[in-house]
Amino acid sequence: MTYIVHGATGDFEIVVGLEIHAQVSSNSKLFSGSATAFGADPNTQVSLVDAAMPGMLPTINAECVRQAVRTGLAIGAVINKRSVFDRKNYFYADLPQGYQISQFKDPIVGPGVVTLDMGDGVTKDIGVERIHLEQDAGKSMHDQHPQYTYVDLNRSGVALMEIVSDPDIRTPEEAAAYVTKVRSILRYIGSCDGNMDQGSMRADVNVSVRRAGEPYGTRCEIKNLNSIKFVRQSIEVEARRQVDLIEDGGTVVQETRLFDPVKGETRSLRSKEDAQDYRYFPDPDLLPLEFDDAFIEAARATLPELPDAKRTRFVEELGLSDYTAGVLVAEKAQADFYEVLLDALVTASKKDMASVASKAANWLTGDLYGALNKAGKSIADTPVSAGQGAELLALIEDGTISGRIAKEVFEVMFETGKGAGVVVEEKGLKQVSDTGEIEAIIDGIIEANPNQLAQYRGGKDKLIGFFVGQVMKATGGKANPGVVNKLLKPKLDA
Amino acid sequence: MTDLTKLKIAEARDMLANGDITARELTKAHIAAVDGFDALNAYIAKTPEIALKQADAADARIKAGTATGMTGIPIGVKDLYCTKGVHTQACSHILDGFKPEYESTVTQNLWDDGAVMLGKLNMDEFAMGSSNETSFYGPVKNPWRKGEIDTVPGGSSGGSVSSVAGFAAMGATASDTGGSIRQPASFTGTFGFKPTYGRCSRYGMVAFASSLDQAGPITRSVRDGAIMMQSMAGFDPKDTTSVDIAVPDFEAALTGDIRGMKIGIPKEYHMDGMPEEIEALWQKGIAWLKDAGAEIVNISLPHTKYALPTYYIVAPAEASSNLGRYDGVKYGLRETVQGGSLPDMYEATRAAGFGEEVKRRIMIGTYVLSAGYYDAYYLKAQKVRQLIANDFKAAFEKVDAILTPTAPSAAFAFGEKSDDPLAMYLNDVFTVPASLAGLPGSSVPAGLDKDGLPLGLQVLGKAWDEETVFKVSAVLEEAAGFIAEPKIWWR
Amino acid sequence: MSHIDKATVAKIARLSRIKIEDDKLEPLAGELNNILGWVEQLEEVNTDNVLPMASVVDVKLRWRTDEVTDGGKRDSVLKNSPNHEYGFFAVPKVIE
Ligand SMILES: [Mg+2]
Ligand SMILES: [Zn+2]
Repeated sequence: MTYIVHGATGDFEIVVGLEIHAQVSSNSKLFSGSATAFGADPNTQVSLVDAAMPGMLPTINAECVRQAVRTGLAIGAVINKRSVFDRKNYFYADLPQGYQISQFKDPIVGPGVVTLDMGDGVTKDIGVERIHLEQDAGKSMHDQHPQYTYVDLNRSGVALMEIVSDPDIRTPEEAAAYVTKVRSILRYIGSCDGNMDQGSMRADVNVSVRRAGEPYGTRCEIKNLNSIKFVRQSIEVEARRQVDLIEDGGTVVQETRLFDPVKGETRSLRSKEDAQDYRYFPDPDLLPLEFDDAFIEAARATLPELPDAKRTRFVEELGLSDYTAGVLVAEKAQADFYEVLLDALVTASKKDMASVASKAANWLTGDLYGALNKAGKSIADTPVSAGQGAELLALIEDGTISGRIAKEVFEVMFETGKGAGVVVEEKGLKQVSDTGEIEAIIDGIIEANPNQLAQYRGGKDKLIGFFVGQVMKATGGKANPGVVNKLLKPKLDA
Repeated sequence: MTDLTKLKIAEARDMLANGDITARELTKAHIAAVDGFDALNAYIAKTPEIALKQADAADARIKAGTATGMTGIPIGVKDLYCTKGVHTQACSHILDGFKPEYESTVTQNLWDDGAVMLGKLNMDEFAMGSSNETSFYGPVKNPWRKGEIDTVPGGSSGGSVSSVAGFAAMGATASDTGGSIRQPASFTGTFGFKPTYGRCSRYGMVAFASSLDQAGPITRSVRDGAIMMQSMAGFDPKDTTSVDIAVPDFEAALTGDIRGMKIGIPKEYHMDGMPEEIEALWQKGIAWLKDAGAEIVNISLPHTKYALPTYYIVAPAEASSNLGRYDGVKYGLRETVQGGSLPDMYEATRAAGFGEEVKRRIMIGTYVLSAGYYDAYYLKAQKVRQLIANDFKAAFEKVDAILTPTAPSAAFAFGEKSDDPLAMYLNDVFTVPASLAGLPGSSVPAGLDKDGLPLGLQVLGKAWDEETVFKVSAVLEEAAGFIAEPKIWWR
Repeated sequence: MSHIDKATVAKIARLSRIKIEDDKLEPLAGELNNILGWVEQLEEVNTDNVLPMASVVDVKLRWRTDEVTDGGKRDSVLKNSPNHEYGFFAVPKVIE
């Protein structure tokens, strides 16, 4: 798949690389003991270290190191047993030290790969150049006071992993898929909660354009995108801007830009004269970060099954379609739900896993997702638990209710949170499988419809559906359709 | 009764233990001495109320039998150390009004041992200087005068050495980045000790150059230095560069026995243009150690001449970054420009808040780290620094300690070198190499020059072998018999 | 190796966020050139195959356990601030 920006003088392709800042899931900050929780009152989660008081020194959080290593392992990356923290020097109101502690020359994680699923069995590998650990800055609020900017340092010093991709991305869709996939992996391993709306994951996008066969063009960096939609839109808008600029005889200048989703445009954030010179150098307050193979292996042992492996297993062992498996594994919460559902269903129905796997998947991706969507809810706050779903599906499996009744039962479950068995009992929806009872009803219906019977016997085979319908109507839909079919045909044919 | 301010720490300790004096008496005598010391401008903040409170607590502790070597001992604290609720500005205008909400680990250790704080001591701004002429609070005078001419006390711990030499403190905390303990000790006839980098916590010390800064004491005897060092040293989890190894008993190292010990004499420390008297004093020192049974070994530290230029890349580079936090936002001075932007505020605040030498070093540091120059300057310096450290490593394969002069001159007059940064930097030529290598060192008062000004000898040791430095220092002290005192002209 | 001119001093001053008056740039350039010219004697030293010194202490970086042990001291954090309002540090307005 290619994405072409059509210009007046020809076609351009886009080249995109991403830097994702992911907040490490940890109780305390990277270099201080203050809390990281979201939404606290301003400056209440700030230590004297975070506020850069004179003489304060950083001490490193072991958990942040471990999570960075796990993240590297999850994308099959090189883990550097020795890495170095550097200072990135610049002045800004929310940067209390006058520098950010980051990793420049020697990051903790080296090259790795993220594989994107582009549909129809097509995959694409995006290289990850590196992952490094660094401190987050504080937060500036510019619109609270006519003369002042207010600064809150609660985020100052929170641990971030900066995940830097190679410029392998060629379409806005791939960029969106990449962010989605990275978020999925982070959530699977629990190294970041991936909540973009709370700022725990942000993306910087580097965009350039070129005519086919040309070398890379000059790139612009669009900073701090906090949704996947904005990632896609900003690339489209920025690529268009660059093509128009080039075709008007201008040249793209390397700069940092901001995306304005309201106006649907990007604008320059820093002028050229203000070009930064960060003067990186190793932080003399911190020694090099070192660990051994045993530490890496211990981190590896805590990794769960990752989405790509899970998807393969779902297809190969459970017989799910590639598409369905892909949908299920995309979000860890969904995949977890599915696996609990399937286990419970196997237990309840005593059936072979492969024989019920597709049914469970179809119910989850059809019935439950449909209802959740309609109600504007996510899997995290579903009123029907995986256990309850399994109970419902098991009732179909053992013939207690029909698939059609099951839909009715599910609606009630979704509204009330009651269990499947309870709803069936309360509403008297139990399927009738008693042959004697059904036989009596069939006899009555054949007798009451002599015309239809004659037509059937005269060759209108399709009228069997009429008789089935009549039986179901008479039993309020509760007759076991299998039993009905089995009894009805011989009687009509007699 | 004797003048209590003339007591050494070890003497006062014994008298306190015997009940001959109380900590309150000792402290009151020193508070009076501090008040009579204003002419020297050593104290920039006095804390008599705190001192008396601590003295009473010390007396209670002595009674209870839980005293340590520092209990009830009145000391001064270099303004570089953060002291809770008390003036802490590293003698810079940019920290205008700053009173930390926390205590440095080193001073906390001293208070935990019962020491008494007389006040905060003047210093070169952010410890950048060798004559205490860069302080925002004005220069400190050396108690020792060249006839009727005032002299500098050396730097950056000028207030520390001046107060101790002038009997306005029994000891003082100091700090050494390139020689700021040893060189001023040499200028004032006091004992100065810099431990191995990592022996003392840097937590709560205003940073100048993080990879070099190290705390240490100024005292009037080697024994006093060992007692004070014992209290200041120790592992601190709050400082990643503080090292978790046991602190030896420094005072126990003062056996006086250096028989068979090998003392290295580095040939590169014979410097062109160095006063004849200093060379002669060095030879005397060599003879004293030889007489005490040590073996003298000629050694070479081939990269010595590159130490100073290396230092003047590394230290300003780190400083340029360390001082980035002084921006008028969180504490200290803020200068605003009418209708100005945030960068305008930064520039105005830092222009008004930093003195000329600090600005000069920030700019040098910024330059050597900037794009295109990093490799040629900073990286190169880090490599030469490694070579300098290797020189010492090789030397200490052959010797137990090294003896050199502390400084290339005695105390000089105000203004003599302050217009020429390079001439000023040369003061640290003998102290900087060991700082770059992180090694322990001392300056022992060993004699007077023709003008009657003190001169010191420097003893350097292996990493973590402070005991040998103390031991050799004590032997030198004994042999030199330095009993001269400055003439008291200030009260 | 290098010669610092007025423009370079202005650039360094800007990077350092220190306001230097125009008439001070030239003398400062002289001083800085003096110092840099002197440190450039390091060029004589052969440093091939020498690793830059990272730290003088030969120990490994210690790690902290992931516990909340600090924070919750806003008053202390803001106490020395030249200007703070509603629990925030206040600085001249930044226009983005
Ligand atoms: Mg970035
Ligand atoms: Zn970053």
